[in-house]
Amino acid sequence: MIAIEVNGKVHEVDADPETPLLYVLRNDLALNGTKFGCGLGQCGACTVLVDGKAVFSCMTPISTLGGRRIRTVEGLGTIERPGPMQRAFIEEQAAQCGYCIPGMMMRAQGLLESNPAPSDADIRKALEPNLCRCGTHMRILRAVGRAAQLMKVKA
Amino acid sequence: MNGIALTRREFLSSGGALVVSFVLCPRAAAQAGETATRSAEAKLPGSLDKFPMLDSWIRIGADGSVTVFTGKGELGQGIRTALQQIAAEQLAVPFASIAMITADTQRTPNEGYTSGSNSMKDSGTAILNAAAQVRELLVAEASRRLGVAADQLVARDGAVHAPGGKRVGYGELVAGQALHVRAEVQSRFKDAGTRTVMGKPVQRVDIPAKVTGGVAYVQDLRLPGMVHARIVRPPQFGAKLKSLDPGIAEGMPGVMKIVRDGSFVAVVAEKEFQAIRAMRALSDRAVWDVGALPPADVYAQLLQLGSEDKVIHERNGASLGAMTHEATFRRPYQLHGSIGPSCGVALYREGKLEVWTHGQGVFPLRAAIAEMLKMAPDTVHCIHMEGAGCYGHNGADDAAADAALLARALPGTPVRVQWMREEEHSWEPFGPAMVTKVRAALDRSGRISAWEYDVWSNTHSTRPGKAGNLAAGSLVAVPFAPAPAAPIPQPEGGGDRNAIPLYAFASARVTSRFIPTMPLRVSALRGLGAYMNVFSIESFMDELAAAAKADPVEFRLRHLEDGRARDVVAKAAQRFGWTSYRRERDRGRGFAFARYKNLGAYCAIAMEVEVVRETGEIRVGRIACAVDSGDVVNPDGIRNQIEGGVVQSLSWTMYEAVTWDARRITSRDWGRYPIVRFPAVPASLDVDIIDRPMQPFLGTGEAAQGPASAALANAVADAVGVRVRDIPLNPARVKALLGA
Repeated sequence: MIAIEVNGKVHEVDADPETPLLYVLRNDLALNGTKFGCGLGQCGACTVLVDGKAVFSCMTPISTLGGRRIRTVEGLGTIERPGPMQRAFIEEQAAQCGYCIPGMMMRAQGLLESNPAPSDADIRKALEPNLCRCGTHMRILRAVGRAAQLMKVKA
Repeated sequence: MNGIALTRREFLSSGGALVVSFVLCPRAAAQAGETATRSAEAKLPGSLDKFPMLDSWIRIGADGSVTVFTGKGELGQGIRTALQQIAAEQLAVPFASIAMITADTQRTPNEGYTSGSNSMKDSGTAILNAAAQVRELLVAEASRRLGVAADQLVARDGAVHAPGGKRVGYGELVAGQALHVRAEVQSRFKDAGTRTVMGKPVQRVDIPAKVTGGVAYVQDLRLPGMVHARIVRPPQFGAKLKSLDPGIAEGMPGVMKIVRDGSFVAVVAEKEFQAIRAMRALSDRAVWDVGALPPADVYAQLLQLGSEDKVIHERNGASLGAMTHEATFRRPYQLHGSIGPSCGVALYREGKLEVWTHGQGVFPLRAAIAEMLKMAPDTVHCIHMEGAGCYGHNGADDAAADAALLARALPGTPVRVQWMREEEHSWEPFGPAMVTKVRAALDRSGRISAWEYDVWSNTHSTRPGKAGNLAAGSLVAVPFAPAPAAPIPQPEGGGDRNAIPLYAFASARVTSRFIPTMPLRVSALRGLGAYMNVFSIESFMDELAAAAKADPVEFRLRHLEDGRARDVVAKAAQRFGWTSYRRERDRGRGFAFARYKNLGAYCAIAMEVEVVRETGEIRVGRIACAVDSGDVVNPDGIRNQIEGGVVQSLSWTMYEAVTWDARRITSRDWGRYPIVRFPAVPASLDVDIIDRPMQPFLGTGEAAQGPASAALANAVADAVGVRVRDIPLNPARVKALLGA
């Protein structure tokens, strides 16, 4: 058994230590938000925050995560009470198929926590590791900008 | 009282006497067998023509609950929301009160594939008419019960209201009966001016779950006792398994079963990562017989393969005369490249198979799986769930068939098959490589007097319906034959989609040269041939405008007679500020226009680019689009589709080409098949919509693919004087042309 902390809760997981975090989140913890995209660290669909930094969960074995704080899109809010990042994406209707969006939101969350007022260029640079195939980029950029505003109001 | 025809009534509608019957019937009857048999009568609108009974589309429960059925599936294009808006508006019920049931072989009408930008035209039109007719039936029934003339009654919020405050709810009016009534040709729609849901930017119903970790995709389906499978995929399509060492994986943790049927090999395990490890172990030791892949210059090969030629358009062909301008354009194989690789879940029990799929056509998929597994089609149940955006025929059907094959090997156990990234990149059917050649002549007044156009292409649809069109169906020990490759006929067209220009030329000939032999597996990619034909035509229009010393926008308007086409061209030019544009060094502007399929949405695009001479890199600046999709149901949905289409088309056009060596596809991941990333997306992107209330819906989903590509190439030509006729316009190609 390996203990990992996800969204503030510690879980005992019965999995091979080499198992990438992605599969543990999705299958053992039944958290749907983190997506399989490539398994190669090339697309960002699996992005989660580990100690506040965006990482590819498809490339991160659970054995490396002891004592570290993992956050997924489920940690940003719920469908009944969406957090500011989620509200911003809903308000901007920043999704087509939406498959890449949770990964986008987690990377953006990491950005805003370290830089609460990023420029458009900052956002573009920060989101570079994450791919979107529907071409929703313009809306995603707006949504991240809006999330920064919403978080500022809250703070 | 089940099964008894209750009453038969008459009421006066705007169109005259209309016979109405309310009939109780089992729920399934509306779907089973009662398809249209009224060839002698006038065509019903949209998909009502195939499924004319109103309760195929709309059912109202005794409690007033409303369920709307569509044979189309949500692909991320927002169709679920748009159809729900149409139904809410015409039924006069609150938007949120409607439950939508999408593509499902046991529950919904068979509307074929969710493709071709046809969902609004087919299903939207059917639901628009069915909902309006149901509302009229309810008003007529309320009129009878209340003894108040129908024209005094108002349908609102799920009830019929009479003057003085009396009201009857829909549930009470229907009293649990199915609205088993044949649709009429004519419907009485609510006035466009009184709309409260249609035409509004209603928020998408699917987005909240997608941003909060809800079950939103087939990838998220988690059935009790479900196990995980991976396919041991051959190096390329058509490879045959020579030897396999199953022993290497049999003892691995969690491995339940290794399934082999001919060259189809898969491993099933309790946990997903266990399946991946076992698959890798098996793959390392598997030996395959591989056929030869095509030579690197596939264009030369394509032109030698032999084509079936057909003149699809001719105007004063005898007087084409001598041509003064000529150009050849090429487009490589390109990927759908879904961000989520394909996935399928299947469960086989008691002789019946259930399949959850993100494929675009559950009914054709059911036919193919039933054929492959030698099962009766009615024992196979295919249910659509969302996947990542597909943009056409990707691996979705194949993954569903993989799951079906494995589920039958493990009766009673749900099996989930998830394709790996490398599998999706190398096994999905590609968008076909194409070649076009165009020749034209200008007259002294600067008009195009003659136009000759040829397009060479493979088929643009190898969709299942036949087991042989499934990857698994081609791999099993006794493989199935695919359906013979065939061109998609005009007016929609396949490789020749949009090959006929909308411009008025004094003389013209357009020839479609269909190549039946496929060097690589290909099928429908968003826009089909329209992407390449519009790229070619609209690039050449700019070349001719330059030759005529004309402004590219004015030159197009010179040849455009269709008023709606002229309107979008003018609108995009106005939004861009075309006439007041000031050119800076290495920056330029480009324009392009098309009406998708010459019968869907009209779309015009103006854009600015900067070319970095040192590297050949294209930086996309401002973009202005104008679109006419007919009657607008959800303006934000249209805007989202156009924005997405533009950015995706720019990615195709700037970067994308499938590559291969002698043995395998080499563009197997995002490193070797780059697509657009955030730093390279446009500086800004505006979409203006020209609304045409009460006009037919015009499909929008693929309208931007062609114009965006040509606007880019035209802007590059304007910026640095280099005309790029081969896709992609990647830095290496642009730089080479700049240096030449």
